[in-house]
Amino acid sequence: MKVNRTYDEINERIKKGEAVVMTAEEIIPFVEEKGLEQAAREVDVVTTGTFGPMCSSGAFLNLGHPMPRMRMSEIYLNGVNAYGGIAAVDAYLGATEIPKTDPANTNFPGEFNYGGGHVIEDLIAGKEVYLEAYSYGTDCYPRKKLGTYIKLEDMNEAFMFNSRNAYQNYNVAVNLSEKTLYTYMGILKPNLGNANYSTSGQLSPLFNDPLLRTTGIGTRIFLGGTEGYVSWYGTQHNPSVNRSETGAPRTPSGTLSVIGDMKQMDAAWIRGVSFLGYGVSLMVGIGIPIPILNEEILRSAAVKDEELFAPVVDYSQGYPYGRGGPLGEVSYAQLKSGTIVIHDKEVPTAPLSSYPKAKEIAEILKSWIKEGQFLLTEPVEQLPSADSGKKLSPMKIRSRGEEN
Amino acid sequence: MVKHKIVLLFPATVVEQPFLYHLVKDYNLIINVLKANINPRKEGTLVLELAGDKENYDSGIHFLESRGVKTVPLEQQIVWNEERCTQCGACTVICPTSALEMIRPEMTVTFNGEKCIACGHCLKACPARAVEEHY
Repeated sequence: MKVNRTYDEINERIKKGEAVVMTAEEIIPFVEEKGLEQAAREVDVVTTGTFGPMCSSGAFLNLGHPMPRMRMSEIYLNGVNAYGGIAAVDAYLGATEIPKTDPANTNFPGEFNYGGGHVIEDLIAGKEVYLEAYSYGTDCYPRKKLGTYIKLEDMNEAFMFNSRNAYQNYNVAVNLSEKTLYTYMGILKPNLGNANYSTSGQLSPLFNDPLLRTTGIGTRIFLGGTEGYVSWYGTQHNPSVNRSETGAPRTPSGTLSVIGDMKQMDAAWIRGVSFLGYGVSLMVGIGIPIPILNEEILRSAAVKDEELFAPVVDYSQGYPYGRGGPLGEVSYAQLKSGTIVIHDKEVPTAPLSSYPKAKEIAEILKSWIKEGQFLLTEPVEQLPSADSGKKLSPMKIRSRGEEN
Repeated sequence: MVKHKIVLLFPATVVEQPFLYHLVKDYNLIINVLKANINPRKEGTLVLELAGDKENYDSGIHFLESRGVKTVPLEQQIVWNEERCTQCGACTVICPTSALEMIRPEMTVTFNGEKCIACGHCLKACPARAVEEHY
């Protein structure tokens, strides 16, 4: 390769306010016009973005010690249970938790108007939430119950720690059955009534770094409106999948686990959401910068919707029961056009993941870098990539002692 | 000739009276019922498209109001809260009249009140609950 840039060189240029930064959308025509080598010489960083529902999200909270002290074992924030099986006043609030009083799907489809994701959004928005806690009481922690209003600023620490975000590609969900389905991919109308997908395609962070060359442990990112970090690979990280020539996976693949200070976040980029008949979730805004170290990295970052493919999966039988394989593959360009063709039928599409918001995130990250406020980090450790052999295994239900 | 989509709100005291009959017979109005509902408190809601000669239309509305029926333009009933909207597009494949639509290739959501029939499917299809019903 003719271009060979280091993280230090890029950061020097960022500090001087000289770095050339483009979004993953802007870089596409730029590379087409200049050619790969010349574009790689000129551009230091490409920024990406995604804003979609990411269920495996949540926050560690330290609620502070009341007097007398309390070892909170059962904790509710606005009626939503937060896990208290850790130290005295620590809790983990999960995005998909619903209030103990929610009827869930007993009256199908349940509305799920409020849950963990909404509590997280309310806290970030600076709202008061009602904290209710119970304990069995100990000599060191005598208090047995507590009820109080609390704000994010009252807490000692509050950091978001999401175990599976930024999915590298995802299924296109359709419904082959004759009844409406209510799923985490939204409402799916019967007989191929619609097709819902959920990545930002050519703007999506891991689609622009398909082999995880620059995104690794310790990578500084945009998370919920502030700086966050990649802490590990995410749960269900599955790099050993079928890929295009460009390296982009053709099925759901890599995932990230990310961390960031909730007190610095902006509720515009962390939003509680409700999926009819399914439950609550959290829309999370993530943007990852890609240092253009060489032409190969730029080639991946200049990927376009026409070159990215997702599998079409039936959510009546295929996904829930594992019956029948994918119904085919479509490109993100087709998905974005508004209709795809499945079984000779034109099916309207909807994204779930917000493309305009993804673009805004890539723009914000670009401005942070251009203004010298955001430096790039070299991964402390690489994440398992296509050559790692790491695979996603389904569970086998077995009796005691039975071999898998 | 005027044509509007309106919402009629009936208090429980008048909900059993045959208003549409009078709108047709006495005011020569053309009616297309889009949605009708009576709630457990016996209050009625009727969403309809009403058309006719301007003078007849106004007299018809006056007749309804004088009998205690509240009339409100439909576009004031379904409100799309643009700020709350995340532009995810989930509503656009659920909306039967494309009143909520995705502008491509920008991928932004727009709401056209004139196309809306107040079916209410979008209210719960929207993950961010950005569409509100104001009665």
